[in-house]
Amino acid sequence: MISNTELDEKYLRKGMMPSILCAGCGNGIVLNATLRAIDKLGMDIDNMVFVSGIGCSSRLNGYIKADALHATHGRAIAFATGIKAANPDLDVVVFTGDGDCAGIGGNHLLHGIRRNIGITVITINNYTYGMTGGQFSPTTPQTSRSTTSPFGTIEHPFDLSRIVVSAGAPYVARWTVAHPVQLQKAIRKGLDKKGFSFIEVLSPCPTSYWRRNKVYSLESVYQWYKDNTVSLTKADDHPEKITIGEFYDGEKAEWTELWKSLVGQVRV
Amino acid sequence: MDVNNVLGPSQQFIQGDKACVYGALLAGCRFFAGYPITPATEIAEEMSRLLPRLGGTYLQMEDEIASIAAIIGASWTGTKTMTATSGPGFSLMQENIGYAIMTETPCVIVNVQRGGPSTGQPTIPSQGDVMQARFGSHGDYEIITLCPSSVQQTLEQMIRAFNLAEKYRTPVILLTDAAIGHMRERITIPANPLVVTRDYVDIDYNDYKPFRTGYLHATKIPEFAPFGSKYNTYVTGLTHNDDGHPITDDWNVHAKLIKRITSKLTDNMEDIYDIDTRYTDYAEIAVVSYGISARPALEAVYMAQRLGRDVAYINLTTLWPFNYEYFSELSKRVDKIVVVEMNIGSIYHCVREATSGRCDVVLVSSLGGRVSTPKDIWEEIK
Ligand SMILES: Cc1ncc(C[n+]2csc(CCOP(=O)(O)OP(=O)(O)O)c2C)c(N)n1
Ligand code: SF4
Repeated sequence: MISNTELDEKYLRKGMMPSILCAGCGNGIVLNATLRAIDKLGMDIDNMVFVSGIGCSSRLNGYIKADALHATHGRAIAFATGIKAANPDLDVVVFTGDGDCAGIGGNHLLHGIRRNIGITVITINNYTYGMTGGQFSPTTPQTSRSTTSPFGTIEHPFDLSRIVVSAGAPYVARWTVAHPVQLQKAIRKGLDKKGFSFIEVLSPCPTSYWRRNKVYSLESVYQWYKDNTVSLTKADDHPEKITIGEFYDGEKAEWTELWKSLVGQVRV
Repeated sequence: MDVNNVLGPSQQFIQGDKACVYGALLAGCRFFAGYPITPATEIAEEMSRLLPRLGGTYLQMEDEIASIAAIIGASWTGTKTMTATSGPGFSLMQENIGYAIMTETPCVIVNVQRGGPSTGQPTIPSQGDVMQARFGSHGDYEIITLCPSSVQQTLEQMIRAFNLAEKYRTPVILLTDAAIGHMRERITIPANPLVVTRDYVDIDYNDYKPFRTGYLHATKIPEFAPFGSKYNTYVTGLTHNDDGHPITDDWNVHAKLIKRITSKLTDNMEDIYDIDTRYTDYAEIAVVSYGISARPALEAVYMAQRLGRDVAYINLTTLWPFNYEYFSELSKRVDKIVVVEMNIGSIYHCVREATSGRCDVVLVSSLGGRVSTPKDIWEEIK
């Protein structure tokens, strides 16, 4: 197995260090899992484009020595769709946050899935708008405190992965940063999938989310992820818990392939 | 097969919207993303028919925000890209137009103007988005905006829009309107139009800084490395240095970047500023107009010329950047400038600013889709 030092040496953009991430932030773990997945698959990093929106999670692509586009808030999937459609040979990966992906960008997510554009979307769900200092997001658990829900949120959160399954994505998995091995494997399967693949990662924002909810140690946060999640197979016995695992792995014709065959028929 | 063969006979009787597509394809555009809206829908329809025949890509996106996002992303693969919309969609595109400015991404945005604000008059022409084209996105910037007055000019200005977008690595806006977009006129398709393509970088991978300028020749325009070309470019809308790395807390870095991306246009007005002027030499009065409004303006000027009056015709086929110097000079030679526009006064204010009271400036305004008549304009000339 490649060591972290070797991984950094091989893939990181040194000029961008130190990163903006806080100590204990889960984003670094997701980046690590992604790079490991790429390395294990032996993908050509020069043929990859990492696209992101705006947020702490959306800064990850800047740290990779590869082509990357840090877009506008919520629009990463729309930018990525343009890149993939214009050059289907490129491997396009999106890093996005829960606010970016499910709030301001929710419609692009649904339509990216509907089109089945061949990109891999890694959504880092930290239950908050981290970069703006911790307001409640579309995935914040009900009653959680945030800077804009000082008395606890009254709103019902989205179950993102289930939405993505019902919208018809051919690959959907959800893990937490407390499951790095499974996470890396899910990213690998996502990268390998021809169509739209979606990996949701529950990841801590100690600074803006957990602190406001009076959890101060990283150990307690990781314990929380372990205690409050249940694998898909046992989900029925624990309706109160968050299901994790591989939600769907299927086949569906991908947009650029369908377009290519249409062009093949009508091209003069 | 080449584009001209796909477009068909070199003489055709077609709508402005269709001519817009022809111009784009002749200029090398091979990627369109858009969302239906009157009176620009015909552009999307024609693109969906022609692009696959040319091996290009047509994407119908979920809204106009996604449409411009997709064309900016696609442009980074080295493709010439465009979108087309009208007022409501143009409003939605503003944030990402700023992104294209900041990241120096070539692309063309067509706004077939209709009456506004809001849903307004969907099928009716207007020139109400002139200021929005210039100032619609936040922050400090300059943008190129072209404006055709006929179907033939729509085709020609589209080619110019792509050439300028590529040459200066910047988004270019083509402002047309429901009248020009929907009217049918006879056009001639040029056989071999001049087509410009952005400068691609060709130096050692390790030496390249994506936003440094001057590798090939001394300009303020950085050479381009498309995604997939191993140069590992990081594109961000944050204020960035030559490496493309975000530097958001140093006023020097921000000021240097903004000055470069604005002056790369304003330093080159001679190349960018192309307007249609007639009878300017001895004129006492100048009629200034653009787009659909320039047509009655020309009629009024012909009327005046027939009566022996020295009246000039100035059609601003390039609206932005505004040429203050040109109008400052003009104000020293004429007594009066008549500005004809289909809005409550847009370019009128720029002309007043540039002329600083040295001559009279009057506005002939029309609203609601009514085009000023030559007689309306004559009232200000006689
Ligand atoms: C159009 C727009 N609205 C608001 C913002 C401000 N903003 C920046 S980051 C952010 C929240 C990001 O949250 P999320 O996507 O969950 O990412 P995180 O920072 O938590 O990783 C917001 C609202 C913006 N940049 N653009
Ligand atoms: S604010 Fe939260 S999400 Fe952002 S870097 Fe800090 S810990 Fe990570």
